[in-house]
Amino acid sequence: MTVHRSLPHESGPLHVTGTARYVDDVPLPPGALHLAFGLSDRARARITAMDLDAVRAAPGVVAVLTAADLPGANDVSPSPVPEPMLAEGEVFFHGQPLFLVVAESHLAARKAARLGKVSYEDLPALLTIDDGLAVDSLIEPPVEYLRGAPEPAIAAAAHVIEGTMEIGGQEHFYLEGQAAHAVPGEGDEILVLSSTQHPSEIQHKVAHALHVPFNAVRVEMRRMGGGFGGKESQGNALAVSCAVAARLTGRPCAMRYDRDDDMVITGKRHPFQVRYRAGVAADGRLEGIVFEQFCNCGWSNDLSLPVADRAMLHADNAYFLPHVRITSHRVKTNLCSFTAFRGFGGPQGLVGIERVMDHIAASLRLDPLSVRQANLYDREGPRTVTPYHMVVEDNVAPELIADLAVRADYAERRAGIAAFNAESRVLKRGIALTPVKFGISFTLTHLNQAGALVHVYTDGSVHLNHGGTEMGQGLHTKVAQVAAGVFGLPLGAVRITATDTGKVPNTSATAASSGSDLNGMAVKAACDTIADRLRDFAAERWQIDRDAIRFEGGEVVIGAERLRFAELVEAAYMARVQLSATGYYATPKVQWDRRAGRGRPFYYFAYGAAVTEVAIDTLTGEYRILRADILHDVGASLNPAIDIGQIEGAYVQGAGWLTTEELVWDGQGRLRTHAPSTYKIPCASDRPQVFNVALWDGRNREETIHRSKAVGEPPFMLGVSALMAISDAIAACGDGSRYVALDAPATPERVLRAVDAQRGIAW
Amino acid sequence: MAVLRFRLNGRPVEIPDPAPTQTLLDWLREEKALTGTKEGCNEGDCGACTVMVTGPSGPRALNACILFLPQIEGLSVRTVEGLAGENGLHPVQEAMVEHHGSQCGFCTPGIVMSLAVAQMQGRQDWDDVLAGNLCRCTGYAPILRAAEAASALSSPALDPQEVSPPRQDLDDFADWYADHPGAVLVGGATDVGLWVTKALRELPEVAFLSQVAGLDRIEETPDGLRIGAMVDMERLRGAVAPHYADLAEMLRRFASVQVRNAATIGGNIANGSPIGDSPPALIALGARLTLRRAAVRREIPLEDFFLDYGKQDRAPGEFVESVFIPAQPDRLRCYKVSKRFDQDISAVCGCFALTIESGGIVAARIAFGGVAATPKRARAVETFLVGKPWSEATIRSAQPIFAEDYSPISDMRASAAYRARLCGNLLMRYFLETEGATAIRLAGEALA
Repeated sequence: MTVHRSLPHESGPLHVTGTARYVDDVPLPPGALHLAFGLSDRARARITAMDLDAVRAAPGVVAVLTAADLPGANDVSPSPVPEPMLAEGEVFFHGQPLFLVVAESHLAARKAARLGKVSYEDLPALLTIDDGLAVDSLIEPPVEYLRGAPEPAIAAAAHVIEGTMEIGGQEHFYLEGQAAHAVPGEGDEILVLSSTQHPSEIQHKVAHALHVPFNAVRVEMRRMGGGFGGKESQGNALAVSCAVAARLTGRPCAMRYDRDDDMVITGKRHPFQVRYRAGVAADGRLEGIVFEQFCNCGWSNDLSLPVADRAMLHADNAYFLPHVRITSHRVKTNLCSFTAFRGFGGPQGLVGIERVMDHIAASLRLDPLSVRQANLYDREGPRTVTPYHMVVEDNVAPELIADLAVRADYAERRAGIAAFNAESRVLKRGIALTPVKFGISFTLTHLNQAGALVHVYTDGSVHLNHGGTEMGQGLHTKVAQVAAGVFGLPLGAVRITATDTGKVPNTSATAASSGSDLNGMAVKAACDTIADRLRDFAAERWQIDRDAIRFEGGEVVIGAERLRFAELVEAAYMARVQLSATGYYATPKVQWDRRAGRGRPFYYFAYGAAVTEVAIDTLTGEYRILRADILHDVGASLNPAIDIGQIEGAYVQGAGWLTTEELVWDGQGRLRTHAPSTYKIPCASDRPQVFNVALWDGRNREETIHRSKAVGEPPFMLGVSALMAISDAIAACGDGSRYVALDAPATPERVLRAVDAQRGIAW
Repeated sequence: MAVLRFRLNGRPVEIPDPAPTQTLLDWLREEKALTGTKEGCNEGDCGACTVMVTGPSGPRALNACILFLPQIEGLSVRTVEGLAGENGLHPVQEAMVEHHGSQCGFCTPGIVMSLAVAQMQGRQDWDDVLAGNLCRCTGYAPILRAAEAASALSSPALDPQEVSPPRQDLDDFADWYADHPGAVLVGGATDVGLWVTKALRELPEVAFLSQVAGLDRIEETPDGLRIGAMVDMERLRGAVAPHYADLAEMLRRFASVQVRNAATIGGNIANGSPIGDSPPALIALGARLTLRRAAVRREIPLEDFFLDYGKQDRAPGEFVESVFIPAQPDRLRCYKVSKRFDQDISAVCGCFALTIESGGIVAARIAFGGVAATPKRARAVETFLVGKPWSEATIRSAQPIFAEDYSPISDMRASAAYRARLCGNLLMRYFLETEGATAIRLAGEALA
């Protein structure tokens, strides 16, 4: 079997030799042009004049386009609410594209794009959640989930805690910036190469922009240099620009954002504010809780509504909330339009309840782990119902947490840290265990479908396509393992080529961790169809029962006979057996009413937990992650090495979000952290110095592909343990009378401020 | 320049009349179709463009995105495409595949090149080797496993070290520059490179100091260390390590290997940045700067060079020739505080050298970066301290006096309040460390 094995990434040898091609590496046909956007330097204003003469006169410039010059729809929105690609009379954030420069080189386009003379009439800009709330700037009315009667439960509780937490956004910092090519074909046809998680949406947006049917647009995507949600919708503008410019000039066009432009223009993880008020029993159990979530959506809808929904859907994390009200406010501001990012709102919702657990433990002077364990969902019985009325049927959190606490020596280390802190004046240590329960499925139910196209050639090699995209997560490797497994072939016999809207149509974005769940099943269905035909053929040819035919080790076992797979295929071809098939899959069981907050939005949950130990420097607020121990549930792993790689990477990215990754906008709404010199993602030494990752031993109880579970997003939230460990270390500076209430990201500055607050020093 | 010559992946290359500010990265990708070397940030921070450049002192990792073509004249360049041999993958490449060190693969060529250089140098300090290679997918763990595995194997022979960088006579250069004071002097291009790649500036006249003989000398005498302006940060680190261990440790956290291999001490001083890390340390050491115009040299205390933001005491046609660090007992402590621990620009960099005799402070030199418009001494605090007993009470009294020396600003790296708070706290750290406190920094034994 090729599944359940730690096979290397299918592109590994190409990656390490520099021969793996990304969009910008693909040679352009002769005569190709290069594009760049001219950007707004106001956050909110009316454009009173736009003088582009100098842009047009700049060396190498072929054309300059404004919204009025576009041949079709000026819309790159992934939602039903339009989002202009080029500003139409008004600007809504600093860095919004105003005009498009088409030039002979990338550098010529970039230089010319800075020469626009734009006059504005400034309007009041909303730069924060509070700014937006003050004028009731919302993209839809608040959404509420309610179960039970939380206010009376809180009023009757032994203890009440309340607080507000600010949670910062996050830049994706995919190493490969946004990029696209468009090559005009004959008639109205066009070929688009795009670094995108969503080729079908690129196809649709390009078709609307050119006023052509979908069948005139083919989108190809071989691989992305990282996506993380940042290429779900944010590549639309580049692909549409290339297509429009290619149509207007008749020449191939290429566009890639310089890193600073990329960080200024594109959306990021949504900043949130979470307010909570909870009633707690003496043993730390929640009696009732009210959450108010405030989601900074930025200037346009983009994917903010489902992001805000998913934050609500993870306000419980792994905990039973007996009486609960969750209200979500979707605030429209004049910043970039925040977008999908690994976890899709789930992390912000989850951080809220983890903060509550930490606060309860501090207030009641209980061990935070025991408070968390006391509040977990039960395996069965009444304490299994989520705030959205779905019953948690597959809960492994209690066992998984107990197992991890032992593996990580949680109790002993906690005692050791207390002893260390009592002796150490400058450095303090902290430790925390936090769990993850993450719902798997698109909450927009119809997206839970996938297609595949599989060809078996007469030499026995297999070529397949599916609707998912490869962004480094190993999707193609896992899917190829599934296909090879069906035919009993070595992995090398299966080739997956670029995702292509001409091969598999009407695809969903590779998002919501769904890639292998959906596409693995669709590919398996197609492979099974071909394998069944081969079995039928062999059963008749060799006059043997179908069940006596097996595909294994590159051969076909037919009773006592063994053939090379290629021999059987060749024979089947000669007998006119079809060796190509499509496959299709739709996730069962899911149904969801998003406004009512009721139903089963998720097919299943993925679980995990992490213990993190940190040390902080109480003179500077700096910190280091000393050790992380992780136990994570991926069901029956399709590829343990890939899954562990996802978990390690997700943890570090999650810890980065909550520690050093700080987005700073100034008073004019300008993003000041628009390059890696100022926006600090984790580097090598930021990984935990001791890093133990293990997979939970268990199959998915639902009938997923080989009983595996999705892995892309859930482990991101394991990084929350780093924030809580820092909070624990800060608490060691005080006498326990004042809760740390650490906001995110916990930069060294925030940490020092919190340390000093524990010591009664304000600055 | 007529014809630029260097070696690329073992083969000689000639470029007639190259544009002086064309970067190696653009040339590789756009003119040679060698697209394995990636553009991740175009400012030397992410390392996706890392290449191996072999010069007289052996192979080094450099960022191709801010490396102008004339800087590699006479040297040997190897890119990721030139690493695998006829017998298959380089051991680093093989280990990266086997240990699942690549996910999206975009940072991978740069990581492979950094590790290949480290392997040739026998380095195993992976956190430093890789500080300048950002990866967003893996969390670095599998890359470190690959690095460990590859380091156990021997490195294949790559470039012979037959390199012949050009050399212009220093006196000739000094005369030329006096006549061309408008020329932009390029040391390692880690700063000027961004004028081109980010500010999109045209540089009409450029002089590459890497082509001038004698500016990269380190002279050690009983009186002290004289460091030529073109000594790069990595060599500086080696030169100061035996004398000022804490300066060497601070320089370890100065940018990344790739940047330290290019960035020069002269550039770090001459650009006058308020957040350069070497000036406060050198000021605390009482360093003196030699400036030269044509044949005329003058020597000034380093702190006097920095007049105001963007303004230095340097006449037209005058250039930084060397910096001299007078020999002294090692009392120096350097405290670099940044949002991210490694490879980050300091929010504050505080450097202290106090002379304590018989329990009293007899001399004090304190300089900070990041808290004023220039690197600057804390003269009010110094004045207060001298003559006082060396005690925690003295420190506490001195802490508020930093407000007389510095009025820091708030920016994306830190608030003014945080910077102000750090000044006093770092003085306290100096006190605690000189009083024998160990394990009070986030390094080494304290983290074991």
